[in-house]
Amino acid sequence: MPVNTNDLEAAIRNAFPVDHLEITDQSSGCGESYSIVLVSEAFEGLSTLKKHRLINELLKAEIAQMHAFSQKTFTPIQYQAHLAKSR
Amino acid sequence: MFRSTLRSSFTLLRSTAPAAVTSSRLIAYRYLSQEARSTIQKAIDSSPVVLFMKGTPQLPECGFSRAVVQVLDLHGVPPEKMRTFNVLEDAELRTGIKEFSEWPTIPQVYVNGEFVGGCDILLGMHQSGELEKLLIANKVIPEELPEPQQATAAA
Repeated sequence: MPVNTNDLEAAIRNAFPVDHLEITDQSSGCGESYSIVLVSEAFEGLSTLKKHRLINELLKAEIAQMHAFSQKTFTPIQYQAHLAKSR
Repeated sequence: MFRSTLRSSFTLLRSTAPAAVTSSRLIAYRYLSQEARSTIQKAIDSSPVVLFMKGTPQLPECGFSRAVVQVLDLHGVPPEKMRTFNVLEDAELRTGIKEFSEWPTIPQVYVNGEFVGGCDILLGMHQSGELEKLLIANKVIPEELPEPQQATAAA
């Protein structure tokens, strides 16, 4: 059973207050490789490692089925700073 | 001392992991034997920087592993302070390290026994400057000498 974008999105939205979410299927449709950008106030005060561990734990079953999973996690404030920098 | 703090943090993590593993696909999360655990611990302790990757630094077999090798190289991590383990040559290590670190993907980087992260985290820390600080604080790379007075140089 390949992982699909909708399942990922539902799992994330159920678990975190979502400010902004991008899910990109980088596998050309086979569901083996995803990259996500998640902005949530739930990340406030957490180190990057802790944020990633939260996501890894939440999507444990899904990630185990993929070949590759990449994530960027921001608090709303960090995301603003990130956008400003990449402009 | 370090070892005991590491242990206790694992106990903490383990207690938060879901008890019910519903799918046989999740074989990576099976219980690690004491023996496998101590083999991995020895690998982690074998060098200041330890990288678990797919392939070798000369011939990475995955873009994420390649990216981590390149970032560590960019920071001038000397070869004698770094060891890499090719998980593609060792199926037990490949599944074992995921459970050991409670981290689902390869590559994985340890610095002085401490788990740092995978590719996303390493690249993020590289961009923010944290990686250089971490490597300096762990005496992996020398501290940069302060630049000679920029103002005079520019003038």
